[in-house]
Amino acid sequence: MSYWALSLTLIFVLIPLVLSKTLNLGLGRDMTVATLRSIVQLLAVGYVLKFVFDSESLLYIFLMVALMIVAATHNAQKKGAAIQGIAWKIAVTLIFVEVLTQGILIGFNITPATAQYIIPISGMVIGNSMVLSILFLNRFTAEVEDHQDQTELILSLGGTPKQAIHRQLITSIKASMIPTIESQKTVGLVQLPGMMSGQIIAGADPIQAVQFQLLIMFLLLTTAAVTSVSLGYLSYPTLFNKRMQLLKG
Amino acid sequence: MSVNYKPAIHFQHVDFHIGDIEILKDITGSFPQGRITTLVGPSGAGKSTLLKLCNGLISPVNGEIFVKDKAIADYEPVELRRMVGMALQSAPMINGTVYENLNLPLSLQGQELAKADALELLEDVGLKGDLLERKVKDLSGGQRQKVSIARTLVNKPEILLMDEITSSLDRASKLEVEELISKINRKYKTTIIWITHNLQQALEIGDYTWVMMDGQVIETGESSLLEDPKDPRAMEFVKGVVS
Repeated sequence: MSYWALSLTLIFVLIPLVLSKTLNLGLGRDMTVATLRSIVQLLAVGYVLKFVFDSESLLYIFLMVALMIVAATHNAQKKGAAIQGIAWKIAVTLIFVEVLTQGILIGFNITPATAQYIIPISGMVIGNSMVLSILFLNRFTAEVEDHQDQTELILSLGGTPKQAIHRQLITSIKASMIPTIESQKTVGLVQLPGMMSGQIIAGADPIQAVQFQLLIMFLLLTTAAVTSVSLGYLSYPTLFNKRMQLLKG
Repeated sequence: MSVNYKPAIHFQHVDFHIGDIEILKDITGSFPQGRITTLVGPSGAGKSTLLKLCNGLISPVNGEIFVKDKAIADYEPVELRRMVGMALQSAPMINGTVYENLNLPLSLQGQELAKADALELLEDVGLKGDLLERKVKDLSGGQRQKVSIARTLVNKPEILLMDEITSSLDRASKLEVEELISKINRKYKTTIIWITHNLQQALEIGDYTWVMMDGQVIETGESSLLEDPKDPRAMEFVKGVVS
């Protein structure tokens, strides 16, 4: 795409700006900031990626992935403020998911161990894991709050914290995984995934684009399951003390 | 309280507070073993908190509690809670059938309640056997309360804590439950600690009573004290001045 063509895409920003102005939606400032931020951030990341790809340095790859994990942890932890030490639990989960997925991809020689593959795939894995963490924490804190009486019932009958929180944990894990599973059911029918569409537009063979998309989708399914389960089992013990009492507030 | 019985539970200068809010202040006293003690007092007196302390769902901020002469802190929580059963006013249920709720205490120990035993429990609390497979969401408030009591009995607790368990029952069911609890007390020498707002109930079924107000125990003794309390605040409460 030429720079002229790229600049013409700003028409797609002008349309909502005009609508906002005409209908007094009050979104003009937000949309302008969002547009400027996306231009600056994407250009910056483009140059950084070019630098990292050219250097082929493992250190830079590691730093890029570490930065993604730190940013994702920072973003997701706000939803689990009620859970003690949630930041490191999210960080451990993201690291585990990243190591597991890259381990399988590189270990089984599915993708090459180069920056060109590791960084974009890590971005998708960590980004998805972050969203899953937020979905899980949102649901889990609500479940714990709403079903305190059931948790205390099981404790009062001589159940362990794990038994007392089991139902809320399983409900939250299932609920956080639903969007991933549902979107995979309709893929190709309702939506063409962004990555696949991008590859096709860029001139790649559609079959190869589909193969990569399948790889990503299967990867995201694992990411969803491992994130919810890991975060759940890391989080629930901090809701109780050593006397097996439910900590409130 | 003139206690001629061994204490099942003994409180020694127990305080409990949440943040700056004092819930219980300097509670000292005993619940006699094998007897029925009622806790009476206005809402917010700290009665339910006292029961949760006995079951180990919460711990005192200051002071000590002894269950059968052993400090609560020295018990394994699971062991304590199986020994000290608790039935709540809200009668919380797990989703599922009556049988699944009755089976809950044993399922937590990796065991299963025999259907025959479940039917016997239902009969004990005055419920018909055909309720066994009914979903708990389809039960009336009174039926839920009875299932909750039956479920607590599955662990065969030595001490039974009951928080307003008959408040949602009709008169006939209330009498059935009172009779059941008295029967359990007589047959198994189970210590009963029963919170009630019904002073007549406290007089009829309780051997002893604690009158509580503002997080303190203001008078204790044989249940007959409710007919002639000595403490002016207890007097006011009994007369219905303090609600």
